[in-house]
Amino acid sequence: MSLDVVSIRRQFPILDREVRPGIKVVYLDSTATSQKPEPVIEAMNEYYRRFNANIHRGVHTLAEEATAAYELAREKIAKFINAPAAREIIYTRNTTESINLVAYTWARANLKAGDLVILTEMEHHSNLVPWHILAAERGIRLEFIPVTNDGLLDLDVYRSLLSQDPKLVSFTHMSNVLGTITPAAEIIKLAHEAGAITVVDGAQSVPHLKVDVQKLDADFLAFSAHKMCGPTGIGALYGKADLLEAMPPFMGGGDMIKEVKLRSFRPNSIPAKFEAGTPAIAESVGFGAAVDFLTSIGMENVAAHEHEITEYALERLEEIPGVKVFGPSADKKGGVASFTFDGVHPHDVAQILDRDGIAVRAGHHCAQPLHEKFGIPATTRASFYLYSTKDEVDKLVEGIYKVKKVFG
Amino acid sequence: MDDLYREVIIEHYKNPSYRGHLDPHDISFADNNPLCGDHIQIDLRVDKDGKVTDARFDGHGCAISQASADLLIESIIGKSVEDVKKLGKQDILDMLGIDLGPVRLKCALLSLKVLKAGVYGLGEASDSLVE
Ligand SMILES: Cc1ncc(COP(=O)(O)O)c(C=O)c1O
Repeated sequence: MSLDVVSIRRQFPILDREVRPGIKVVYLDSTATSQKPEPVIEAMNEYYRRFNANIHRGVHTLAEEATAAYELAREKIAKFINAPAAREIIYTRNTTESINLVAYTWARANLKAGDLVILTEMEHHSNLVPWHILAAERGIRLEFIPVTNDGLLDLDVYRSLLSQDPKLVSFTHMSNVLGTITPAAEIIKLAHEAGAITVVDGAQSVPHLKVDVQKLDADFLAFSAHKMCGPTGIGALYGKADLLEAMPPFMGGGDMIKEVKLRSFRPNSIPAKFEAGTPAIAESVGFGAAVDFLTSIGMENVAAHEHEITEYALERLEEIPGVKVFGPSADKKGGVASFTFDGVHPHDVAQILDRDGIAVRAGHHCAQPLHEKFGIPATTRASFYLYSTKDEVDKLVEGIYKVKKVFG
Repeated sequence: MDDLYREVIIEHYKNPSYRGHLDPHDISFADNNPLCGDHIQIDLRVDKDGKVTDARFDGHGCAISQASADLLIESIIGKSVEDVKKLGKQDILDMLGIDLGPVRLKCALLSLKVLKAGVYGLGEASDSLVE
């Protein structure tokens, strides 16, 4: 089934925005953050208008309703990724905090000097720096699955790294630069055979693909609401219940405790154990609405639509003399096209595109080591989502020809 | 349409007059713009009276960052180090002849930041140098 993009676009008020008189936004930066549909904006407004209250702390009607909404959203999110139980979903601020939670709790409880953690060369800084910090603090060892020239992970090297007794394999399910969809199920299976725990960075996969944590057999999965039609300020960490239960708490404070004495405390059970302090309640409601929205459309349909747009975009971009697109072919990637344009810095490309309302990202997209690997300081990135159209791709291509004109 | 990409900027970007290195030099400093990976290195020769006798820059980045580096180098040769220390954000904007938003301003000011960190002999280039 193909998507009814016209009616989907109508639900995103921002897509009607004119960034300059007569110039509508052409939003090709959903990998950085997606736009938000009416039902999500409405759900959060409704929360503030009708049942705003702190959760788990009152018996009054508003507190009951707010608590119920917060927990209902957790159930929706659990179902969305097919988690066995809602208590395996920990609310965080974003993917970054989810990965840090694992690094600060599970890893500090389980890793010691010399222990091997395997990452990949295509990681976002959020799945590199927490491990750098731990390496400096604990002396853990980091090894990296290399990226091949066509933007895939070199699984032969991975297999040989696995013989070195790794304790943890933490990797992205979809590259935010190359778009590469990694063979997560296989990576996880091999890791488990080698006795390692796995963290999947799902920041890009959960918004764009049907992700099933049970099929993947992932131990941890990190993702952000804001990249999947939801609000900023909230994300999630899925973790297998037995792992989460055995982990020490993350931050200390209200809600995460069962009992506090002057000199000691007993932690709450999961998920509350990892949710210290008043959380992002309105945002959880928005997160739940985002999941409902995506579910009603169907993630298979979202993925199919993006594939069609991506295939078209790659074809059109590669026609332009001087443009080089990075990453694998459309069948192996999500809706991301990162490219260089001979003689023009990505910032200048993005700036000139902005004149026509075209929003792309320029830079290293928080993946500096990956850019170094390809010997380029930066790329221009166009990315697509369920509301993207071929017409927008055409505008992008026209825009790049204008860049060529400016730079002669 | 492109007030930002004025001819002078494109010209200095494509055909810079002062791209290169000085060996030997009296002062050399380099820094990156972490946002986009722009990189600028500046080498200076300074005589005993504290006058900049020669200068070069090298690096990579957008037209704004590279053109402003070339214009900046052009403007400081023959100036005293004391005058170089007095340069600020507005001087760069005047040279470029454009107005910039907060993101691109960082590109434009990178070379001045590097230059000032160099002449002050600082270990680290900080944004406060170019306010
Ligand atoms: C692959 C990947 N991992 C992690 C992140 C970090 O997400 P957040 O900034 O929401 O924590 C991003 C977002 O840019 C990403 O694309």
